[in-house]
Amino acid sequence: MPLTKADFAAVLLTFELASLTTLLLLLIGTPIAWWLARTDSRWKQPIGAIVALPLVLPPTVIGFYLLVSMGPHGVIGQLTQSLGLGTLTFTFAGLVIGSVFYSLPFVVQPLQNAFEAIGRAPLEAAATLRAGPWDAFFTVVLPLAKPGFVTAAILGFAHTVGEFGVVLMIGGNIPGKTQVASVQIYNHVETMQYAQAHWLAGGMVLFSFIVLLALYSGRSSGRSSTRVWQ
Amino acid sequence: MIWPLARRNPAIRTVAGAGEIQARFKVEHAGFTLDVELNLPGRGVSALFGHSGSGKTSCLRCFAGLDQPSAGYLQVNGELWQDSAQGVFVPAHQRAVGYVFQDANLFAHLTVRRNLQYGLKRIPAAQRRIALEQAVELLGIEHLLERLPGKLSGGEQQRVGIARALLTSPRLLLLDEPLASLDLKRKQEVLPYLERLHQELEIPIVYVSHSPDEVARLADHLVLLEDGKVSASGPLKETLLRADLPFVFEDDAEAVVDGVVTAHDQAYGLLSLQLPDSQINLRLPHGPLPLGQSVRIKVKARDVSLSLQQAEDSSVLNLLPARVVDWINVAEQAHVLVRVQVGGEQLIARITRYSFDRLQIQREQLLWAQVKSVSLLSTH
Amino acid sequence: MHRRLSQALFTLCISLSCIAVTQAGDVQLAVAANFSAPIPAIARGFEEATGHRLVTAYGATGQLYAQIKNGAPFEVFLAADELTPAKLESEGEAVAGSRFTYAIGALALWSAQVGYVDERGAVLKANKFQHLAIANPKTAPYGLAAAQVLAKLGLSQAVAPKLVEGQSIAQTVQFVASGNAELGFVALSQVYKDGLLTSGSAWKVPAELHTPIRQDALILKKGEHNPAAMALVEYLKSEKVAAIITSYGYTR
Repeated sequence: MPLTKADFAAVLLTFELASLTTLLLLLIGTPIAWWLARTDSRWKQPIGAIVALPLVLPPTVIGFYLLVSMGPHGVIGQLTQSLGLGTLTFTFAGLVIGSVFYSLPFVVQPLQNAFEAIGRAPLEAAATLRAGPWDAFFTVVLPLAKPGFVTAAILGFAHTVGEFGVVLMIGGNIPGKTQVASVQIYNHVETMQYAQAHWLAGGMVLFSFIVLLALYSGRSSGRSSTRVWQ
Repeated sequence: MIWPLARRNPAIRTVAGAGEIQARFKVEHAGFTLDVELNLPGRGVSALFGHSGSGKTSCLRCFAGLDQPSAGYLQVNGELWQDSAQGVFVPAHQRAVGYVFQDANLFAHLTVRRNLQYGLKRIPAAQRRIALEQAVELLGIEHLLERLPGKLSGGEQQRVGIARALLTSPRLLLLDEPLASLDLKRKQEVLPYLERLHQELEIPIVYVSHSPDEVARLADHLVLLEDGKVSASGPLKETLLRADLPFVFEDDAEAVVDGVVTAHDQAYGLLSLQLPDSQINLRLPHGPLPLGQSVRIKVKARDVSLSLQQAEDSSVLNLLPARVVDWINVAEQAHVLVRVQVGGEQLIARITRYSFDRLQIQREQLLWAQVKSVSLLSTH
Repeated sequence: MHRRLSQALFTLCISLSCIAVTQAGDVQLAVAANFSAPIPAIARGFEEATGHRLVTAYGATGQLYAQIKNGAPFEVFLAADELTPAKLESEGEAVAGSRFTYAIGALALWSAQVGYVDERGAVLKANKFQHLAIANPKTAPYGLAAAQVLAKLGLSQAVAPKLVEGQSIAQTVQFVASGNAELGFVALSQVYKDGLLTSGSAWKVPAELHTPIRQDALILKKGEHNPAAMALVEYLKSEKVAAIITSYGYTR
């Protein structure tokens, strides 16, 4: 196998990035999805559309705006500088933030679908059985939405692994910090090291296939009829 | 008796009014307004009766705090649960209600036992008035405890739902058409348990239904709802006698009949109407109307009497050939409401039990209906 | 006689050019990203002179190479280096002997902030910046040249932790232009127009600090029988084009 140390470092970094991103996305995505599933607010559609934007935008657009907004003159950049964090471009933290934006709909939408499928009825039953809103959320909603959470986590993770455009725009190709597998593949192609490119790219194809296979077979054999994916 | 009234939740304010439930709810949805004021007894079964869309379930949800009326007041045996004038609204999970949903609404991810324990373990031990075993025995669900709700029949689910609600030791039990989604056999399976609740619980029960049979069988107190308003409320038998829904057993019943204007007798000022699917004409004092005009009339049960002969010598204006359909005994036993077919329409005759026996009335019997007076409802 | 001949030749030229106009065609051109700035001016001049039209695709040289190898319809290729065209020629993807150097690139150390970069590049030695952007030396010739400059100045070690790499020289400019990197090595052509710096501050890196960035062009197999491709190559060698590319900071 012609893979170098840098290649392995890139793969490892990719998994670190995807794991951390998925964890953050579940924490951030759950309240957003819950709100979207429940609200009658006139802001529901605009917020839903914003969350879904990364589905249709080229990653380079997200990357470009992140590059500008996280830069020293941008909104995020000004904020992080005033907090004494410097700017986040070319850092692992910056990639995590970019990935969170980029993969947000892949986590929010399955969760929102799961929450909507659950409906109000189980919550009302819980309320008449003396469970407060938080109690009901943890003892009724979370268990019922479990298939949705599994789908959301898998999709969020896999989509982050497959991220390229955003990393390219804000990463700076720094080994061990921002040089992830997809960028490494690009480097190999550009430098005509096709054998290494094949090993990495083939690995990505295999990984993605296994993830989707797990997702599809898990869904068809799942005991819950909960609709978790459109 | 299973338990005396549970101790009050100290966080909830008390007001005068032990022994009764006072409620005022005003809810406005798109195209529907619920505006009711109710005084219900503090024990026994109060039935909220009405057609679908009359506001029964909305009303029950206000009792439970699942919906928050725009204006409302609710006190249950002296506990103040809502008073919008004072900004008091006790959220659903802090009200000591048991709620039985129309479709049971069990937690699909929990076994029957865990469903039952869900409410039970959220009640402080000192406030529990019923043990799991008692509820299980009362509803006959021992054999179901380790199953998941998805594996139960509708009737079994409903019994589990009732037991689950009881295990919260409620001070008010609310049942939302618990039999509506069940077939006849399952209804027969659950009804005896509901009757046991009625006999054995000392807490008030509010029971929503659109079935006269269930109401007659279970209720002590009846509230009739129509288009979001209370049309009648009171002890069951009184209310049935007083009210004017033809299908609830009642004295003041009336029939609505459609007809077509066929003639007008100017000399006597009488209008003739032909009943549908027949040559039968009905006359009433009325000014002239165009021939062929459709009209709707109301015939009160007390204005209809029955005779075996075509009594030519009677002062009664209308003497119509009729066929007996069925009859209902009215609560006080002295009267019988007999439903008869006249042409394509049905009338209700209110006659004494004595007359009923003397005429030896039977189903399908042909006789004469004497209609003393008729009032015109509308022309269309 | 002489006069008549020249008259005849003139007539012939006119009619030939008429033929050229009537037979005007498109040239599918692949251009390395760093050379994107002069292309509009060149395309205009080429169309005026010959009637042919340029259809241009920009990209990183390595990426364009991969596309050419896999059947991209390009007829003429303006690379950012000499290696890639040489490779294509030896692999039989190009018209033999058509390869020539169309421009020699110049490197600039550039900052978007006015006064940040001094005339002699001392800012590099001071090493007070957070990020120094360069193009990926493995994939971009300007990146390689930048790495050579740093080595020659003995700064490779010192600035290594601060290096951020753009995948192309265009992306490197973006890092600097957006302020995310205070300064970076870019192609002079990207920040230079009509002999003047377009914005910020820059140090024109002396050519002796790195191997010359020879940018070679060649006619690809797909353009072998396209007269417009031949015409383009001839036009690129003209004095008119030399003037254009000089104004963008290239030499020839």
